[in-house]
Amino acid sequence: MVNVVASTPGLFPLPDRAKTELSDLKGHQKSDLVDGDEGADVSAVYDRARTELIERQQAAGLDRIVEGQLRWDDMLAHPLTVHDNVETRGIVRYYDNNNFYREPVVTGELTESGDMAADLASVGSVDGLQAIVPGPYSLAELATDEYYGDSGEFLAAVADFLVGEIESFPAVDTLFVLEPSLVEAPPADGRNAAVSEAIDAVAGATDADVVVHTYFGALPEKVHAHLLDADIDAVGYDFVTDHEDSLYNINEYGTKDDIALGIVDGQNTRVEKAATIKDRIRWVQENTPAAEFETVYATANSGLFYLPVNRFEEKLDALADAAAVEEVHAYND
Amino acid sequence: MTDTREQFRPEDHPNDNFLLTTVVGSYPKPKWVHRVRELHDGELDCDAEFDQEQWDAAADDAARIITNEHERAGLDVVVDGEMRRTEMVEYFADRIEGYEFNGPVKVWGHNYFDKPSITRDVEYDEPWLVDEFEFTDDVADRPVKVPITGPYTLANWSFNETEKTEEQLAYDVAELVNEEIEQLVAAGARYIQIDEPALATTPNDHAIVGECLKTIADGIPDDVRLGLHVCYGDYSRIYPEILEYPVHEYDLELANGDYDQLSVFKEAEFTKDLALGVIDVHTASVEPVAQIKENIKKGLEVVPPERLTISPDCGLKLLPREVAYGKMKNMVKATREIEQELDAGTIDVSAPVASADD
Repeated sequence: MVNVVASTPGLFPLPDRAKTELSDLKGHQKSDLVDGDEGADVSAVYDRARTELIERQQAAGLDRIVEGQLRWDDMLAHPLTVHDNVETRGIVRYYDNNNFYREPVVTGELTESGDMAADLASVGSVDGLQAIVPGPYSLAELATDEYYGDSGEFLAAVADFLVGEIESFPAVDTLFVLEPSLVEAPPADGRNAAVSEAIDAVAGATDADVVVHTYFGALPEKVHAHLLDADIDAVGYDFVTDHEDSLYNINEYGTKDDIALGIVDGQNTRVEKAATIKDRIRWVQENTPAAEFETVYATANSGLFYLPVNRFEEKLDALADAAAVEEVHAYND
Repeated sequence: MTDTREQFRPEDHPNDNFLLTTVVGSYPKPKWVHRVRELHDGELDCDAEFDQEQWDAAADDAARIITNEHERAGLDVVVDGEMRRTEMVEYFADRIEGYEFNGPVKVWGHNYFDKPSITRDVEYDEPWLVDEFEFTDDVADRPVKVPITGPYTLANWSFNETEKTEEQLAYDVAELVNEEIEQLVAAGARYIQIDEPALATTPNDHAIVGECLKTIADGIPDDVRLGLHVCYGDYSRIYPEILEYPVHEYDLELANGDYDQLSVFKEAEFTKDLALGVIDVHTASVEPVAQIKENIKKGLEVVPPERLTISPDCGLKLLPREVAYGKMKNMVKATREIEQELDAGTIDVSAPVASADD
């Protein structure tokens, strides 16, 4: 009997009306992006859009609700690009995508900022609230360090910073820690243990269930093995981009008691049917005979801002429907 | 390969040497063009009615003005600044059966584009650029170049809802691009530039782009000049492999990185024509003639004068219009001065000379 939880890794597209309004209010240049000191008019648009998206997730029937990360103009680099001791420089490519973000350059101590906590707190009381943070490795990889001077020290500082941010979060049910860089730019052999420790530290900052979600492909074997050393509740695997190697990792090295399955494509408008999502969950279960999962998070592989709004919403509906259907069938197994 | 360049030398060209000057394609649109488009598309909250005829008239006027602006700058080969086009993928996707639009998606910050989805087999429906070319060719005194987004970029920068691979989709679109170019050639076009910026983001796919270009070039007469524009990437990952492509000229962005990648093109002999980016399109100040001349000399380290084309890094459309014009004007002035110095033998040409049968 498995508990299927419909969730997402957040980073939602802005509703189209908010896109236009914010674009008019903020402008189109590098210097116009969110810096943590937005005016009341800009904040009002974000607050309204956040409320709309929470209601939309509830209407879809998702089991975990995210605030949507609508202010994250710089995607996963956001917690640093709004930090007082971080300068933003040129526009740089975001992973292997046709998206760009401002390069954050850390020029001073990464003190507590409270930016993510404020967005989460503004949601108020919501059942199944889930927080999203960039993982320490990905956040450090997306940034340039001009203060700490040593990659190991910088990684530890970014982890410490995230710990402080998470400790000021309101109560949440789940924390998704997004670590695409573990796939896209995996740590060199000598750094695997340090990365695992950094993730462990971040996970220790909350009592909520912690899912370290990876995407843009499958983890290299060693990185996967070291990730399992961290005290986390689940690893998230990208079954959209690379189901074979993801499966191999699980069967070869095992995984945690819970698992997150990236089985809806966050970067393509083709909408998966609920039945297809259900089949994919079954397929993973059937092909991991040694594993006995307690909770399966059914989720998109990546953040969803890549999609136009109509398809994004259809994907939320499909995920929620698949999880609802799956629970019924699972009880009959 | 047939010499496709000499046909573009103006009759009254003042120098013996001829470095062909041109632009990549896009140019800032006059504000009123945006406004008429918004009125035509019903995007403004007002009752004014602008029908297709009125939009066409505005686009004609804009194309006439900008073509003339290119001629006034002194360019040897001109374009219309892509006044009729929206965005480089969107414009074509809108004209190809099999593409659908669902709404804007983020590129960065609040910059969005209407990224289309390919939902079924693509088919050629109506000509994409023939009207644009015929109009421009009619109003221009100089030869006209036609920039066209390449099939790899048209496939790679779209969502794929089909069962086909992205590679297969690129090949399918390449067939359509070939059909379009045949029509353009029939209408009189002699200079076609394929834009493949997506190659820079996924350099491992250079063989796919090569296959696409074979399809595109198939059946196109020898005297039609084919160029390929690539920008903002790590050229060491695609060079020298791209020299095998069936095109005459490579138009490359290099000024933005201050020629830090120039050495890549010296490691293996550059056996085709080089269209060298000598203008940075991301700085809003006009480069002085002296600086542009230094940039042009960088190109002469790679190819001899008879194989060097002078061009900005990329489309100029994000610049203020007066800056775009100033950049073109200085670019042409710098080029003519370099030609004079070459004629006088005061510039040392260091590029290795290719054998005549290359």
